[in-house]
Amino acid sequence: MAFFLARRLLYLVPVLIAVSLLTFSIASLLPGDLAMTILADQATPENLAALRKDMGLDQPLWQRYFTWLGHMLQGDFGRSFRTGQTVLQALAERLPVSIELMLLAQIGALAFGVPVAIICAARSGGPFDRFMTGSAFALLSVPTFLSAILLIYLFAVELRWLPATGYVPFTEDPLGNLRFMVLPAMTLALAEWPGIMRILRSDMIATLQEDFIALAKAKGLTPARILFVHALKPSSLTLVTITGINIGRLIGGALIVETIFALPGIGRLLVGAILTRDLVILQGVVLLVAAGFVIMNFIVDLLYAVLDPRIRHGHA
Amino acid sequence: MATLELDLAEEAVSQPAKKGKRLGILFWAAIVWMIFAFAVAIFATLLPIPDPAAMNMLARRAPFSATHWLGTDGLGRDELSRLIYGARISLLVGLCAPMIGLTVGGALGLLSGYFRGRAGTFIVGAMDVLLAFPPLILVLAVIAFVGQSILNLTFILGVLGIPAFMRVARATTLTLSRREFVIAAEALGASHARILLRELLPNVILPLLAFFLLGVAVTIVVEGSLSFLGLGVPPPTSSWGSMIAEGRESLDVAPRLAFLPAIAMFLTVLSFNLVGDTMRALTDPRQGAL
Amino acid sequence: MTDKALLSVEDVVVDLPTPRGNLRAVDRVSLTVGAGQTLGVVGESGCGKTMLSRAILQLLPKKAKLTGRVMFDGQDLVSLDREKLRKLRGRSLAVVFQDPMTSLNPVLTIGTQLVETLQEHLELDLAAARKRSVELLAAVGIPAPEQRLTQYPHQLSGGMRQRVAIAIALSCEPKLLIADEPTTALDVTIQAQILDLLAREQRRRHMAMIIITHDLGVVAGRTDEVAVMYAGRVVERAPTLALFKNMRMPYTEALLAAIPKLDSAPHTVLPAISGRPPDPTRPLRGCSFSPRCRYAVARCHAEKPELTEAETPAHQYACFHPIEMPATVPA
Repeated sequence: MAFFLARRLLYLVPVLIAVSLLTFSIASLLPGDLAMTILADQATPENLAALRKDMGLDQPLWQRYFTWLGHMLQGDFGRSFRTGQTVLQALAERLPVSIELMLLAQIGALAFGVPVAIICAARSGGPFDRFMTGSAFALLSVPTFLSAILLIYLFAVELRWLPATGYVPFTEDPLGNLRFMVLPAMTLALAEWPGIMRILRSDMIATLQEDFIALAKAKGLTPARILFVHALKPSSLTLVTITGINIGRLIGGALIVETIFALPGIGRLLVGAILTRDLVILQGVVLLVAAGFVIMNFIVDLLYAVLDPRIRHGHA
Repeated sequence: MATLELDLAEEAVSQPAKKGKRLGILFWAAIVWMIFAFAVAIFATLLPIPDPAAMNMLARRAPFSATHWLGTDGLGRDELSRLIYGARISLLVGLCAPMIGLTVGGALGLLSGYFRGRAGTFIVGAMDVLLAFPPLILVLAVIAFVGQSILNLTFILGVLGIPAFMRVARATTLTLSRREFVIAAEALGASHARILLRELLPNVILPLLAFFLLGVAVTIVVEGSLSFLGLGVPPPTSSWGSMIAEGRESLDVAPRLAFLPAIAMFLTVLSFNLVGDTMRALTDPRQGAL
Repeated sequence: MTDKALLSVEDVVVDLPTPRGNLRAVDRVSLTVGAGQTLGVVGESGCGKTMLSRAILQLLPKKAKLTGRVMFDGQDLVSLDREKLRKLRGRSLAVVFQDPMTSLNPVLTIGTQLVETLQEHLELDLAAARKRSVELLAAVGIPAPEQRLTQYPHQLSGGMRQRVAIAIALSCEPKLLIADEPTTALDVTIQAQILDLLAREQRRRHMAMIIITHDLGVVAGRTDEVAVMYAGRVVERAPTLALFKNMRMPYTEALLAAIPKLDSAPHTVLPAISGRPPDPTRPLRGCSFSPRCRYAVARCHAEKPELTEAETPAHQYACFHPIEMPATVPA
C-alpha cells in the first residue's frame, strides 16, 4: 500500500509543475500589455517603465516564472490591483461557499442517483427503468443554466417558495443559509445526477450477470443483501471514478450556478476578475483551482485502491 | 455543465446496442429536427422574416401575433427571427469547434495508437495535463486574456476538445491494430502510411463521427452557458445563450422570452445527443458491430 | 428403486428463446436422487447439463421457460413461492460452481462470504458464525483457517478457492449438493483431491450429491448412478458399475474411449468423437447422435428413440442400435 501511495505521489509532482507552467504561460505569453492595462489612461512612459520594473516585467520570462513560483511556495500569491486583497484572503472568504455548494450538490445527486440506479438495475427493462433512463438522457441535454432558469421560474417566481438570489453564511444563520442554497444545489445536482445514475445502472446490470451473484442467489441470501452488498460494492468502483471525473464538471457548473444565483463563491470571484481584468486574482485562482482539482483526482485514486483490494495488492 | 470529457471509463460501460430497436422513431425525429435547424440557419437570409436587429419600442414583449409569430422581445425585436439568427451562431460555433478536435485529436490519437512507444506516451501525458484543468476555468482564463470574439471562442473550445477526441481515436486504433486485417496488411509489406490511411482511418472515422456529434451537443451547451454569462459571443451578436439571459429579466412578465430559446437549444442538443449516442452504440468496434 | 427419492426431476423441459429460434436446452429429462446417493451427470459442453442444474435450483435466466416438476424433499420447487425457495437454497440445497475465481465475490473477504450464509440460514451471531467458519475451512483442508477469514479470493490458489466454495456449500448441512464441473477449472493434480474431499464429506454427512461433468473418468468409482446426457436429453442411465460394464449407448462408448488411460502405450491416438453436437435451435428428426454414430442405421435418422430398459429396470438407454458387448472398466 505504501508503495502504491509513493508511486502516485511521484506522478502528482510533474503534473502540478506542468499546471503551474501552463497557468503562468497563459498569463505571460498572450498578447496585451499588463502594465498598460493596469495604468490605462494614467499611462505615461515613466509610469509604465516604473510599474514594469516594480512588477518584474522587464526580466526574462524564465526568471519571472521562478520568481512567481518562489513567491507562491512562500504563500504569496499576489495582491489584487482592484481590491487590494491578497489572493489568499479572497480565496479564504469564497472557498467555503463554493465547497458547500458542490458538496450539497454532489450529496443530492448521489442520494437520488444511487438508489434509482440500483432499482433500475434490479428491474431492468421494466417501466420504472425505462422512465428513469429516458429522463436521465433528456436531462443530459439540459444545460445547467437552463435548469437554473427553470427552477427559478418554478420555485421563485411562480410558487414563491424559495429565494432566487442571496446568501447568508452558515455560521450566522444555518436555516437561512440552507434556504438560499436549495435552488443552487438542486440545479447542480440535476446536472450531475443523470451521469451517476446511468453509469452505476450500467455497471450494476453487468455485475448482476456475474457468476458470484448467481452463487449468492444459490446461497439463499436476501435480494437486499445481494443488491447492496454483493453487487453494489464491485460497481462502486466505477462510481468513484465517475465522481472523480465529475469534479471538473462540478467546478465548471458551480461557476455558472454561483453567477446566476449571486453566491459569493470562487466562481463569481473568477468571473468578476475576468470582467474587471484583474489578472493577479485570475492567475492565482486558476492555479489554485487547477491544483486542487489535481489533488482531488489523486484522492479519488486512493479511494479506488481502498475499495478494490485487488489494486491494493497489485493485482487488478 | 457538460464538457468534452467523455472518458474511456464511461465508454467501457456504455450500454450495448439494443438489438431490435436501433433506429426508432426518436432517432428519426432527431434527424428531422437537425435538418430543419440547419436548413433554417443556412437559408436565414432568404426567409421572409423581419430583421432580427430591428427594434420597435412600441411593441415590446408583444404576444404571438400574425406579424410576429413568436412575439417580440424586450426591445421589440421579432423573436422568431432572433431565434433563427441565434441558431446560426450556436450551430456555427457548435460545428466548427469540434471540427478542430476531430481533425487534430483524431490525427494525434491515430498516430499515438498506431506507433505507441515513447511518442504515444508523451502525447497521452500532454493530454492528461490539459485535462488536469477544470475545462470551464481554462476557457474563461484564456478568453479573459485574448478577448471575446467568435473566432477565439471557437478556437479555444476546439482545442479543449482535442484530448477527448484523441482518446477515442487512440482507443479505437489500439483495438483495431490487433485485428487480422491490419496484421495481414503488415504481412503483405504495406507501408505505415498505407496502413494508417487505407486500413485504420476508415474504421476509426466512424466512432469518431459518433463522438463528433456528441461533441457538437456539448459545444452548443458550453457556448450557450458562456454567452448566458456574457462571456461568450460578444454583443451585439446574439446566440441562444444570450437570448436566454435577456429573457431572464422578464421571467415574471413574459417567461416565453427565456423559454423559447431554451426549448430551441434543448431540442437541438437532445437531437445531437440522440443521434450521436445511437451512432456510438452502432460503431463501437469493441462490440464487434463493425 | 422406489424408496422415496430426495430429488425427483420429472419431465423437465427448458426452452430459451433466441434470435435464431427456440433453443430447447433440456428436453424432457427425468431423474431421481435418493438421500445419501450420488448421481453423476455426464455430457459434452452444450448438452444441457448446466441448464439442468440451474433448472433444479430455479436459477434459470429470465427469458427461459420451464415446464415439468422438480420435487425436492416433498415440495415442487417450480411452483414454490420465492421466499420459501430462498430459505431452501443454501440451506437444504447447495451448489458448487465450476470456476471459483468467478463464483466467489472478489471484493468481499472469504470470512464475509462464509459468515453471511451461516447468519442467514442458521441465525448465528457473528462470533459463533466466525468460529463455525474456521471449523469449516479446516474440515475442507485449508491450512491456517483463521487467517483466511480476512483474505480475499485472489490471494488464494485455485484449489484453495474451490475448497472455500465447498466449505460455503456445506456450511448449513445441506441435504443435496450440486457440484457443477467442480474440477474443470483446476489443475489436474488438484482435481483428485477435490473430488476425494467431496466424496468424503458426502459420506460423512450422508448427503445426496449430483456431480456434473464432461469427463466419465470423474464419475467412475465416485457415484452410485450415472446419467449420460446428449443434446438436452438423457440418453443412458444406469448404476455406475452397470454403465461401465454393460453400456448400451454408442455415445457412452465413445465417451469412454476418449478418456486417456494410464496403461495404454505412449502416443496412443485418443479416439475423438468426430463431428459436433447438433444445433439446438434446429432439432433433428431422428436420434440426435445419429450423424456421428458409427452404428447408425436408417431408422436412427428417422425416429427418435425413447428410453428403454436394459438388463435391469435401473439401467435405461435410448438407442435403436445399442452395443451388446461389455466394455472394460477404466483404470
